[in-house]
Amino acid sequence: MISRRSFCKKSLLIAGGLAVPLAALELFDPKRLLAEKEDGNKVRWVFLVDTHKCVGCGFCVKGCKTENEVPYDANVTRTWVERYAVTKDGKTHIDSPKGARDGFETTKFDIGEGKFEDVKNEDIDKAFFVPKLCNQCDNPPCVQVCPVGATYQTADGVVLVDRTWCIGCGYCIMGCPYGVRFFHPVYHVAEKCNFCYHRISKGMKTECVDACAFGARRIGNIKDPNDPVTKIIMTERVNVLKEEYGTKPQVFYLGLTKEVR
Amino acid sequence: MKSHVWRPLYIVLLVIAGVLVVRKIIVPADFGIGARGYMYGWHRPSNEQDWKMVKVKYKTREYCKECHQDKYDEIRQSPHANINCENCHGPALGHPDDPKTLTIDRNRELCARCHFRLEYPTSGRGKIRGIDPKTHNPQLECVTCHWPHDPRKEGHSK
Repeated sequence: MISRRSFCKKSLLIAGGLAVPLAALELFDPKRLLAEKEDGNKVRWVFLVDTHKCVGCGFCVKGCKTENEVPYDANVTRTWVERYAVTKDGKTHIDSPKGARDGFETTKFDIGEGKFEDVKNEDIDKAFFVPKLCNQCDNPPCVQVCPVGATYQTADGVVLVDRTWCIGCGYCIMGCPYGVRFFHPVYHVAEKCNFCYHRISKGMKTECVDACAFGARRIGNIKDPNDPVTKIIMTERVNVLKEEYGTKPQVFYLGLTKEVR
Repeated sequence: MKSHVWRPLYIVLLVIAGVLVVRKIIVPADFGIGARGYMYGWHRPSNEQDWKMVKVKYKTREYCKECHQDKYDEIRQSPHANINCENCHGPALGHPDDPKTLTIDRNRELCARCHFRLEYPTSGRGKIRGIDPKTHNPQLECVTCHWPHDPRKEGHSK
């Protein structure tokens, strides 16, 4: 015969016991936790662009096209430089003729269809150059949309295209919010910036970083707290492009303004 | 059991077996889901190696220094210190064996990449001394008067 007292006692004990989740009883291994937090990788390539330093010479674009065998005269490029001029009437002028392969050697802005618009120096409030390249996103939409598994992300964060496996459907080209991807005119597959994977995996820097005489482009390993690029990203006011898309881009910019899209 | 109902079934089974065999042959052995699951993971891991095999064309100034120490020292203490040799001399590739001589770009347009005057106040470009190539000694090569390895010196005549 169960007494009222022992019934209450036992039911409280059982209810209390059930309320403790199983996970609370798990013994943690600190090493495993650290490994999970660090995802086991010692390298995660990131890029840092300083728009104050860029002068729009376009040596990065020229070097990239040669280094990565992108046809020099075809109007496609893995990286490009945009010129912005905000004038006193509130208008924003943007151009990037041939991706700035030959730099900017005129005050006229290329407005397409062979037309040019002269922007006079005295009308300019601010004018500057913004280099663009693949953001090697942590949530790469281009990888997500590939129907055949031809594009993927390496453990060190670089998104690559498998040329033997790409069917050239173009989903990734449409899916990239940054417009970084294009069709390779020779191989007829999707093509993109891969942080010069053949160079960074040999301990070199990317060609655009080497070609830049002004230090506007830098590459670093965000997992290394002593990396100078990591230090800048952690301590200075950096921004990324189109954060609202949730792609977690890994190219960081110093000196962005709202005109840059 | 012989029946007109069974015969099409054998054909269907044969087709399925054929597809499986072809799939086995065409799909690379290491193709599969990586660590990132169905959404991001599908790929062929050995492709990473293919990309690492791409030939390095620009070998950086440290490579040039091995033979051309004098030129290296000259430009490194000049206002042009940060400009890489290969920006103007072209990629080293297999130099000096192949190509034996590099094609030096002496075009006015090359210098004008930085030295075409653009008075952009909020950009580094505005701080660079520049000219208008249309009015500044047109037709002459820049190196006639300016020595690119050290712009403080006079130029050379070829």
